[in-house]
Amino acid sequence: MRTIEADRIGGTVYDLILKASYEAGEDVLSALQAARDKESSTLGCSILDQILENDRIAASEHIAICQDTGVCVIFMDIGQDVHITGGDLNETLCSAVRKAYTDGYLRKSMVDDPLYDRLNTKDNTPPVVHTRIVPGEKIDITVIPKGFGSENASAVRMLAPAAGETGVIDFVTEAVQSKGANACPPLIIGIGIGGTMESAAIMAKRMTARPLNTWNADPRYQALEEKILQRVNALGIGPAGVGGNCTALKVNIETAPTHIAGMPVAVNICCHAARHARTVL
Amino acid sequence: MRLFGTLYTARDAAHKRLAACLAEGKPLPFDLRGQLLYYVGPAPASPGHAVGPAGPTTSGRMDSYTPALLDAGLLGMIGKGKRSPEVIAAMKRNGAVYFGAVGGAAALIARRIKSSEVIAYEDLGTEAIHRFTVADFPAIVLIDSLGNDLYEIGPAKYRTLSQE
Ligand code: SF4
Repeated sequence: MRTIEADRIGGTVYDLILKASYEAGEDVLSALQAARDKESSTLGCSILDQILENDRIAASEHIAICQDTGVCVIFMDIGQDVHITGGDLNETLCSAVRKAYTDGYLRKSMVDDPLYDRLNTKDNTPPVVHTRIVPGEKIDITVIPKGFGSENASAVRMLAPAAGETGVIDFVTEAVQSKGANACPPLIIGIGIGGTMESAAIMAKRMTARPLNTWNADPRYQALEEKILQRVNALGIGPAGVGGNCTALKVNIETAPTHIAGMPVAVNICCHAARHARTVL
Repeated sequence: MRLFGTLYTARDAAHKRLAACLAEGKPLPFDLRGQLLYYVGPAPASPGHAVGPAGPTTSGRMDSYTPALLDAGLLGMIGKGKRSPEVIAAMKRNGAVYFGAVGGAAALIARRIKSSEVIAYEDLGTEAIHRFTVADFPAIVLIDSLGNDLYEIGPAKYRTLSQE
C-alpha cells in the first residue's frame, strides 16, 4: 500500500488548472495549424490565425486562453492500493480550485443554485469530480476547465439498438448542425456510446481530453471517428461558424457494454480552446 | 474590420437589469444611443493589464432582451453565435449591425482593450457593465442592417453535405 498526502494531490491539481488554462496542448496546436493549412475560406484562415496567435499570447504571458475558464472538471483514477491521508479529498480539491482560480486570474463562473438563486460562489468551487477505482498504487489526474459555450451544445440521446451506425452519425451531425456555430468551432467532439445514460455522458467528457493524435483501438470505431469527422466537416460551418471546411478538428469515441434494449449515445462538444492537463502521481 | 473607440459590456445579468429599467420606464445607467454593446464577462486583469482575457460570449442568450435595447437606440452588438429572427427584424427596423469577435481569442482581444472601467452594476462582478476603450479590435460583420446573415451565407458556400 502507498500513502499519498491530500496536500500533494491538491498542489498537483492547482498546477494542472493553471497549466490547462494558459497553455494549449501541442496536439491541439498542431491540429489547428493543419486545419489552417487546409482551410479554403479566407475569412476562416484569418480566424484560425487569430486563434493560433491567441494561444501563443496566452502561453507566453501566462494568461487564460479564453475568459471562460469553465467548470473545473477533475477525473481521478485512484489505485486501490493508495491510502490518501491528511485531509478530506473533496475539501482538498475545492481548496485547490479556489486558490488556482484566484491566484491565476481565472474567471469565477460557478453559481450555487442552478435554478432559483444563481449566486456566484466567487471562487469557482465546487469542481465536478469523477473518480474511478483502478488496480495499482498510482493516482492518474486529468483536469478539464470546461467552457459552457460548447457544453451547451452537447446532448445525450437514448437510441434504439436498431438505429445502428447511421443513428449515431445522424445524432452527432444534428447536434453540431443545431448548436455547433455557437460553440467556438473548430470543435473537438467527444462521444460516449453504451453503458447507461450517465456513464455515456462521462465517457464523452473524457473523450474531449483524449489526445488528438490517438484513435479508438477498435478499427470499426476508428473508422466511425473518421466518418463522423468527415460528415461534420461537410456541414460547412467552419471556423467561428462563418463558413469553411474545418468545423471539427477531431472526433474521439469511447464505448462500454450496454443493455440488450438500448444504445445510449452522448456527445460532448468542446471548443478549440480544448483545455486539459494530466499527470500521474 | 478593426474597431476603435468606446464599447460597453453587458451579458446575461446586466441585460436582465437593463430590460427591467426599460420596462419600468426608469433611466438606464448610461446613454446607449449610438453605442455598441459587447457581450463579454472578462477574466480578472493580472498586474500590468487593463483587463483580463475578454472574448465574446454566446449572443443568443441575450436575444429576448435585444429588440427593446435596439428600439431604445442601441447601434449594434458584438458577440458570437446566431441571432433570432426577432433580433434580426429589430436590427433592420433600427438600422443596426451585429459584429462578431472570434470566440476563444480572449487573450488576443484583451491586448486590444486599452482601458476598462466599471460604470454600473458593480455587484455583478464579471457581469458588471464596463466601459472599454479599444484600438484595432478585430471584428467581423455577422449580420448587417439589411438582415444579411453570415451564419447562413458563409456555411452555405462550403456545405458539401446534401440536404436529406
Ligand atoms: S466555447 Fe470555449 S472558446 Fe468559446 S467562449 Fe466558451 S470556453 Fe471560450
